[in-house]
Amino acid sequence: MNREHIEETVKQFLIEEIEVDEAAIKPEALLKDDLGIDSLDFVDIVVIVERNFGFKIKPEEMAEVHTLCNFYDYIESRTAAKD
Amino acid sequence: MKRRVVVTGIGIYSCIGKDLAEVTQSLYEGRSGIGIEPQRKSYGYRSPLTGLIERPSLKGMLDRRLRICLAEEGEYAYMATLEAMLTAGIEPEFPDYNEMGIFYGNDSSAKAVIEAHNTMVSKKDTTLLGSGAIFQSMNSTVTMNLSTIFRLRGVNMTVSAACASGSHAIGLGYLFIKQGLQNIILCGGAQETNYYSMGSFDALSAFSTRVEDPAKASRPFDISRDGLIPSGGAASLILEDYDHAMRRGATIFAEIAGYGFSSNGRHISQASDEGSLTAMIRALDDARTSPADIDYVNAHATSTPQGDAFEAIALHRLFGPNCPPISSTKSMTGHECWMAGASEIVYSILMMQRSFIAPNINFEQPDEYSAELNIATSTIETELNLILSNSFGFGGTNSALVIKKYHS
Repeated sequence: MNREHIEETVKQFLIEEIEVDEAAIKPEALLKDDLGIDSLDFVDIVVIVERNFGFKIKPEEMAEVHTLCNFYDYIESRTAAKD
Repeated sequence: MKRRVVVTGIGIYSCIGKDLAEVTQSLYEGRSGIGIEPQRKSYGYRSPLTGLIERPSLKGMLDRRLRICLAEEGEYAYMATLEAMLTAGIEPEFPDYNEMGIFYGNDSSAKAVIEAHNTMVSKKDTTLLGSGAIFQSMNSTVTMNLSTIFRLRGVNMTVSAACASGSHAIGLGYLFIKQGLQNIILCGGAQETNYYSMGSFDALSAFSTRVEDPAKASRPFDISRDGLIPSGGAASLILEDYDHAMRRGATIFAEIAGYGFSSNGRHISQASDEGSLTAMIRALDDARTSPADIDYVNAHATSTPQGDAFEAIALHRLFGPNCPPISSTKSMTGHECWMAGASEIVYSILMMQRSFIAPNINFEQPDEYSAELNIATSTIETELNLILSNSFGFGGTNSALVIKKYHS
């Protein structure tokens, strides 16, 4: 799965399902402080990622994921490992 | 001196209309909201009859977090409460400066529970249930959501009392205000209508199977009644201390004059004339009135052979030969179950305001018990000053409310 596809998929679900403001979606955006994603939203993101990318996020793996770019990297690494 | 409790806001979302104006028209015209949901047959129900109600679209009205925690009945309750707040003249900021409570009737939230179970069976992983499931699944889903959405900071709890839930919720709100514990409380009742929610009720063969003409299926007190039709939606009322309402210049729709309750202490599903009568007498005593002063009775009668008979016996014992007009609005709405006790107070207030009695449609021939009553078979134009509203539920829970017209 290429990087462009990952970024586009994440962007779409953040806008449509989590209802994040499209203008705030930038690679350096902080998930919590800039995008307003709280712990309950994250429970839903686990479900959405499983549906879109076919793997389950493990909470402990998210410790170093702060920005959207970190999140893209994480998904890329998990999908690469799966491939 | 005990405080007076008045209704300063009402809202409704039901199968006979999605707001007060539509519902008033349906009540006046005797219009049925009953139809057929074909999926009930394929799911395994005996009867596909149900109140037909459109789910509101809340996108754009509520943000995502508030929306995804609402189960079906919570969506209806939100719509009804918006209208109640509007008619009460309560702005969104009002609860930030005035402690407002909530008592709402609800006794199931089956769809969320069953869908979560289905996900568990297929995924075997709780982390894939999403964040809304728990808040949609609990019996208190309506009160937890409405108190969050409308920023309510007073008493906050769900009343689960089967088909008397909505009525007891109003009764408890009335008592809290009368005792001086709260000045203003959102009360009501909500009922889901999805086919997941009523299968086990259908299992009792309690539902009408008169599918050939759904509008004629609900026929409370009629000799040929063959069961109830499940229905739903939500009804909201703003109950308020009279002086508090006067100080803020609120419109007063009616006064809650009395609340009566009882429990049959006998059979789990069979009604009781004795228990029903106890609740009615207690409500009349609390209202310091007598049967002769009642202008209209909004009966509980659901269209089941046994339940209607017991209520008819109780009503005859209470009123004797001088029976006021009686109708069951369930003849039009079907049985709104957890919501019914609240919606029927809203229906009664609408009748009181417009001076008419809604008909008990489909009452064509009485049985030996209803023959003793004065059933309103068509719309009656008349002034209504005192109305008695009955609600009874499984487990023998009974509630009766007396509402009084407000004269400024």
